[in-house]
Amino acid sequence: MSFLKGTFGCLLLALAGWACALTPEQALRIAEGESDDRIAALNAAAATRDAALVPYLQALLADEVKLAGGKALIVRGDDVVEAATGAKATLPDDAEDVVNNNRMRQALEGALAAFNLSSPDREVRAKAIADMKDSVDEGLADLLDKAASAETDLGLKAQLELLKATALISSPDKAKRIAAATLLAGSADPATGALLAAKLDEEADAEVKAAIRRSIDTVQARLAWGERLGVLFTGISLGSILLLVALGLAITYGLMGVINMAHGELMMIGAYATYVVQNLFREYLPAAFDWYVIAAIPLSFFTAALVGAVLERTVIRWLYGRPLETLLATWGISLILMQLVRTIFGAQNVGVENPSWLSGGLQVLPNLTLPYNRLAIMAFAALVLIGVTLLINKTRLGLFVRGVTQNRRMAACMGVNTARVDTYAFSLGAGIAGLAGCALSQVGNVGPDLGQGYIVDSFMVVVLGGVGQLAGAVYAGLGLGVLNKLLEGWQGAVLAKIMVLVFIVVFIQKRPQGIFAMKGRSAEA
Amino acid sequence: MQIKQPSRRHVGKTLSAVVLGIAAMGITPMALAQETIKVGVLHSLSGTMAISETVLKDTVLMAIDEINAKGGLLGKKLEPVVVDPASNWPLFAEKAKQLISQDKVAAVFGCWTSVSRKSVLPVFEQSNALLFYPVQYEGEELSKNVFYTGAAPNQQAIPAVEYLMSKDGGSAKRWVLLGTDYVYPRTTNKILRAFLKAKGVADADIMEEYTPFGHSDYQTIIAKIKKFSSEGKKTAVVSTINGDSNVPFYKELGNQGLKAKDVPVVAFSVGEEELRGVDTKPLVGHLAAWNYFQSIKNPTNDEFIKKWTAYAKTKGIAGHKDKALTNDPMEATYIGVHMWAQAVTKAKSTDPDKVIAAMAGQTFKAPSGIVSKMDEKNHHLHKSVFIGEVQADGQFKVVWKTKGPVVADPWSDYIAENKGKKNEPEMVAAKK
Repeated sequence: MSFLKGTFGCLLLALAGWACALTPEQALRIAEGESDDRIAALNAAAATRDAALVPYLQALLADEVKLAGGKALIVRGDDVVEAATGAKATLPDDAEDVVNNNRMRQALEGALAAFNLSSPDREVRAKAIADMKDSVDEGLADLLDKAASAETDLGLKAQLELLKATALISSPDKAKRIAAATLLAGSADPATGALLAAKLDEEADAEVKAAIRRSIDTVQARLAWGERLGVLFTGISLGSILLLVALGLAITYGLMGVINMAHGELMMIGAYATYVVQNLFREYLPAAFDWYVIAAIPLSFFTAALVGAVLERTVIRWLYGRPLETLLATWGISLILMQLVRTIFGAQNVGVENPSWLSGGLQVLPNLTLPYNRLAIMAFAALVLIGVTLLINKTRLGLFVRGVTQNRRMAACMGVNTARVDTYAFSLGAGIAGLAGCALSQVGNVGPDLGQGYIVDSFMVVVLGGVGQLAGAVYAGLGLGVLNKLLEGWQGAVLAKIMVLVFIVVFIQKRPQGIFAMKGRSAEA
Repeated sequence: MQIKQPSRRHVGKTLSAVVLGIAAMGITPMALAQETIKVGVLHSLSGTMAISETVLKDTVLMAIDEINAKGGLLGKKLEPVVVDPASNWPLFAEKAKQLISQDKVAAVFGCWTSVSRKSVLPVFEQSNALLFYPVQYEGEELSKNVFYTGAAPNQQAIPAVEYLMSKDGGSAKRWVLLGTDYVYPRTTNKILRAFLKAKGVADADIMEEYTPFGHSDYQTIIAKIKKFSSEGKKTAVVSTINGDSNVPFYKELGNQGLKAKDVPVVAFSVGEEELRGVDTKPLVGHLAAWNYFQSIKNPTNDEFIKKWTAYAKTKGIAGHKDKALTNDPMEATYIGVHMWAQAVTKAKSTDPDKVIAAMAGQTFKAPSGIVSKMDEKNHHLHKSVFIGEVQADGQFKVVWKTKGPVVADPWSDYIAENKGKKNEPEMVAAKK
């Protein structure tokens, strides 16, 4: 309402022959006082379509405007000018910052966007349309109409039409409201759903109500697709993480039969290696900081592999064939490793930043954004999986590993140095755990007890998939991920976790050998 | 040190030295006890809560250093006893017992989560010791042995929700109550649900979601919020997520592009410290409600920040030595230590009962810009409430505040069972 008053006031002034350019008084009113009054003043000034307003709005949005002595000043570094006149000014000590809350910022962005609708740059126009979405009202319908008819880009033109419909849905004219409601059915934006639902409550006319209801159904049906795909994506994303954390264990436990309770700590070491690389880059190569993750991948692999090799040579090799002792020994090792990291890096979590290319997300549908870090982890998990499969199945080392784990004595008789192969295999598993740690550092917290949260998950995946099978780990990881996310959407995170555990218990009861059982003579070994 | 085999001649001498040494050891603790007043610090320095609590330990130590620099209390120096309960709730009670009965501390400053406070409460009540609890909490508790220097629900949660309901806050009509699964979020959300109902919000317009401690995958939750917000009028999220889960939560929020102007998130346990290391550019405009922000401008706060910056630098506190941050629980801790010191001076004793009596009505010039006052009866501070919006640099900008300090209401009136409960601890009430 106050907006209309402002517009009319300015229109009246304009009719009376006044120029409505930005006056110092107006600039002050936009910057000072209650949000209601400021927005009224802003709309009054914006209604003149005077481009002199643009730099002032930009300054307001960039928090460069200060108030002093009843004047609005634009402050850029040492450069201080009066907002309305552009005259040089000095900054008094008692100058106050102009505070813009969300509502004010939205109004400012909307007002600025109205100017940008006619920009020659397509990107600027697209952003303007997006910004106007939240602050559009009937007064802007003519402007939007003009912009739509001048628009050459078909995609933007459709968006402008929708925006116009958003404006006209609160029109006093019933026919316009119905037309707008019908047009909005073509939108796939979650905000439209919210807008229509809000209008449905306010609407008194039965005919318009029916039109709105129809549109809501269409929009919600379209949104439902985004939601379904979203659940699938989050499931696969969690699955790829589970796969990564379990893949190393699939080798050390699955192939070699070592119940390695320190598996989680090897991941933690990989994550800390990433942290160290990040710090080195920040210190010595700040220009290439965005690429530290790439450098961290091999380093986290080799650090964890090295620790794994040392463990195998000093402790685990003396305990082959004694699973209980291995379990206790590796559990002890996990405590030692955690305490070691606490001593070196401190007990608190350390901050691992996402490089800029892993921040943000890819918007596929209006209500479905796929975060880059999760996409990257999926791709990474796939690459690691392919690498491990090739290594185990196609190389000489892989052949030895398979040979030794299937029949140690026979392999030794054939001249294979089984002790060395054991070390290689165990460090390979440890190295892959390190890679998982590097990936985890991009989505979660890095702290000394990082591994504790994943050790149960990784055993779950390996046991469910079938011990001794890489393919089993893939199916089990992805399956558990999707199942967990489906249940989480239905029952919440706490119950979902419990239900997954119950499912696994029941499954293992029915099928102790997991999804894929080892077949043939090697199963007995 | 080299250990020599003692020759026979020396055995006699050595023995007597040992006897003397033992005698000296017996005497020393007593002599020391007369010289210092011990103060317990009970904050998690490891585990999921370390992200929030570690810095509070340092704040207590800084305040103790300040008091010692001025000559200590009652002619004695203060001696901090720091323990690490490791975000492990039963361990809190164990460590509290150790501080009280073994170290004989005069007062304990500690706890963040309400579950840790609930776990130590019986210990403090049984041994009639003193706990200063510096964090906003859910109320529904009032012990004679605890001083609550953080906010009660009506000093944080309710004003924040009222702000979001106002035009400036975006006139929110639908609510997502999101929290970590333990007593504080559950109780706060119970109060908020009752409050929202009193304001005419239907049950269908409220969604409650909980995650375990240390939860790190917020994809589903964000997707649910997106869906919920598209189904009706303006939606706002009230987050009572605690500890290091906040980092993945805010990362996911930013990555999924949920903007503050569409769905604002107001947090009750996220301050400057928790947002360290999170890229706050996509989060600009999301909110937090506290009784103090680092960005508040007044001489007392300037001095507080200056002191902390200098302290962090000399002590080499990780993170803070390069980029010193202050936050609300730090302010509450700082006020708590100084008020306790004032009360001890007034009572001329560290005896809990005398200190409790002396605490009533104590005032302290708080960095938040008010003169903070301990209520005469209810063991809570009077506090101003601020709503801040996240800025690109990880600081908060105050967009709303109460006219003046608000008196705490620990037994929230919005919970039906609380009708007729007095806002003062029972023991004190019985004496008067």
